[in-house]
Amino acid sequence: MASPEHLAKASLYEARKGVYPKKVDGFFRRFKWGIMAVTLAIYYGTPWIRWDRGPYAPDQAVLVDLAHRRFYMFQIEIWPHEFYYVAGLLIMAGIGLFLLTSAVGRAWCGYACPQTVWTDLFQHVDRLIDGDRNAQIRLANAPWSVNKAARRGAKYLVYLVIAFWTGGAWIMYFADAPTLTHDFWTGQAAPIAYGTVAVLTATTFILGGFMREQVCIYMCPWPRIQTAMMDEKSLLVTYKDWRGEPRGSLKQAQAHPGAFGDCIDCNQCVAVCPTGVDIRQGPQIGCITCALCIDACDGVMAQIGRPRGLIDYCTLEDAAAEQAGGTSKPVRKTLMHPRTIIYFSIWSAIGLAMLFSLGQRTRLDLAVQHERSPLYVQLSDGGIRNTYTLKLRNMEARPRRVSVSVSGLAGAALWSEDGAREDARQSLDVALPADSVTRVKLFVAAPGGGPARQDFTIATRGLDGDPRGDSETIQFDRPET
Amino acid sequence: MADHKRIDEATGTSTVGHEWDGIEELNTPLPRWWLWTFYATIVWAAVYVVLFPAWPMIDGATEGLLGWSSRGQLERELAVDAKRRAPIVQAIGAAELADLPARPELMQAAVQGGGAAFRVHCVQCHGAGGAGVKKLYPSLTDDDWLWGGDLPTIQDTITHGIRNPDHKQTRMSQMPAFGRDGILEPAQIADAVSYVRTISRQEKPGASSARGAAIFETNCAVCHGASGEGGRQVGAPKLTDAIWLYGGDRASLTATITQPRNGVMPRWGERLDPVTIKMLAAYVYSLGGGEKLAPPAGGTAAPDGRQADGKP
Repeated sequence: MASPEHLAKASLYEARKGVYPKKVDGFFRRFKWGIMAVTLAIYYGTPWIRWDRGPYAPDQAVLVDLAHRRFYMFQIEIWPHEFYYVAGLLIMAGIGLFLLTSAVGRAWCGYACPQTVWTDLFQHVDRLIDGDRNAQIRLANAPWSVNKAARRGAKYLVYLVIAFWTGGAWIMYFADAPTLTHDFWTGQAAPIAYGTVAVLTATTFILGGFMREQVCIYMCPWPRIQTAMMDEKSLLVTYKDWRGEPRGSLKQAQAHPGAFGDCIDCNQCVAVCPTGVDIRQGPQIGCITCALCIDACDGVMAQIGRPRGLIDYCTLEDAAAEQAGGTSKPVRKTLMHPRTIIYFSIWSAIGLAMLFSLGQRTRLDLAVQHERSPLYVQLSDGGIRNTYTLKLRNMEARPRRVSVSVSGLAGAALWSEDGAREDARQSLDVALPADSVTRVKLFVAAPGGGPARQDFTIATRGLDGDPRGDSETIQFDRPET
Repeated sequence: MADHKRIDEATGTSTVGHEWDGIEELNTPLPRWWLWTFYATIVWAAVYVVLFPAWPMIDGATEGLLGWSSRGQLERELAVDAKRRAPIVQAIGAAELADLPARPELMQAAVQGGGAAFRVHCVQCHGAGGAGVKKLYPSLTDDDWLWGGDLPTIQDTITHGIRNPDHKQTRMSQMPAFGRDGILEPAQIADAVSYVRTISRQEKPGASSARGAAIFETNCAVCHGASGEGGRQVGAPKLTDAIWLYGGDRASLTATITQPRNGVMPRWGERLDPVTIKMLAAYVYSLGGGEKLAPPAGGTAAPDGRQADGKP
């Protein structure tokens, strides 16, 4: 048995090593700014876009109406039984990630992942309040003082405001945004709204303010999955060690021309890294390929008069080619290889199929359930009655009138719960309120003495201009003779 | 066991310092926040055990400081639901039973409430959905009624039951045991059966049924009507239709005339509250055979019960 003192020395647990990324400017940094602006604008702004759907449906462009079980996305309205469209979207998102990974590596991680975007945002807050990298390190190591406490307090307050705003924006997707905002601040919103905002505020505060790269390294499954999907044709942020090594300071390199590579060991690539890795150690789980080290290194190379791209996006194939003295393929060619083309074809096929079926789907849906207890009822005149429950879904945002009729059942007459057999007819008119499900109990009587089981068709037809409807074939039962 | 930490060359990771026959362990430390998360879950569990029922004892479990129990939660939810239903139950109680079909919002609620009560109290005999049981209990879904199928009549039958000897208002009648008590000879019964099967169009008229007509007139017509149309005052079934509670074939009819069943139904007026009985009547009425009351005045209005926004 090892003694406790020994275990303490071995330290099985490791405190987080602070990451204080340095400010950097360059192409990729600006690109990241752009993506951050777009993604945050989409996240915070989408619920506020209005979309007129007439008097019977909400006018919010994107709305997940859990209470009424409707999902609105611009002119598309999804009902719960059409959930396969959502499943399709999720599959597209999954294949989209595969496509992105096989083409440009961990671009999702580096630019668009919410964890990256919010971490980036919080790191800007750090710089705004504590100063750049060196000031942050100094403050972190300084003993507690009024100044440090004030700065920490201010920083956490800003974190909290951002986190609260993030959580607050989330709930806007689930209810009418202006109404919910009013209700939220006047204490009239549902408890679940406050609960959701509280949870998301807490997670944003903790994950964005403190966990940061720990989420990517220890918690997120995606980096591990991605590792299996990258190949020699995937773009990676690569330190071109064949060009950079052996490293030497500028002075050493000037003293011994030809003895050193381009890397002057200035450590700028490490200083700017938001996850605190050293890219010169090669591809690693901590590298989210945000390309900020490329910006930093390019800046240094420009200063010392060397060509840019000592650290650059590069596929393993290109790396091998360059190492052997060849040239790398142009990016356009790198992107077009069988894997990306196959992924893209699957991705777009699913998308097109969904669009096609969206255009073709009926907005007047009929579902019929045959009453099973009893399956049939003997009527006193010798006829047989079967009972069906019709679920008529009017998925349009307007009230409709439809007729329900039967075919394929000789001598059939039908009436609903409100009617009686005396006024039974061949068809039945039903008024359907806008955007709703109407249940109709349908009694169908037919002469006895037919087959014990007989298929017939119940069909609906619009009576108000658009005659398209739906039909279902179902069984009519008679007693076995 | 050696005790020296060193850096492993292949991985660049330090070892924990243990070595067993040359086998060493790399130290890849767990993040410390993970440890704190683990401690937090332990604290959570400790608090949970104190607040909620947790430790199993010999006859139950520790109750927990919050006093929560799943049964208590169910009771609270039931109370909330009863409160939610109270206004509509009250409205159903206040409404005239015969008016219910004209008020769809009340009728729907009554049919649902009645269905729930039916599944508890009635399905044992009348079967799921009121389908009845062949040769034992009548179907409530067809268009043939022994005692009548309009709403007040159904309510009356449920309240007072059928053939309860200890209850004055019960529905009472008794078909004599023509065979068992020797009122009719077996041959006469056979003739009566022929006649009944003739008027229900199951057999062609013949000598037997002609003899049976006379027997019918003297013995049966007083309750079942001169032409077998039945009599609802005494619960005498119609004999001319296609619906036979105890069977319409020769053997079944012979058995019925020889020794009638005179079925019994308990009265529910003393066990169920009036609103439940009202809702049960509405449910039975809705099963497909409900009969309209003879209308006192012209057409019935059926306002649309749905709200304008289409959410019922």
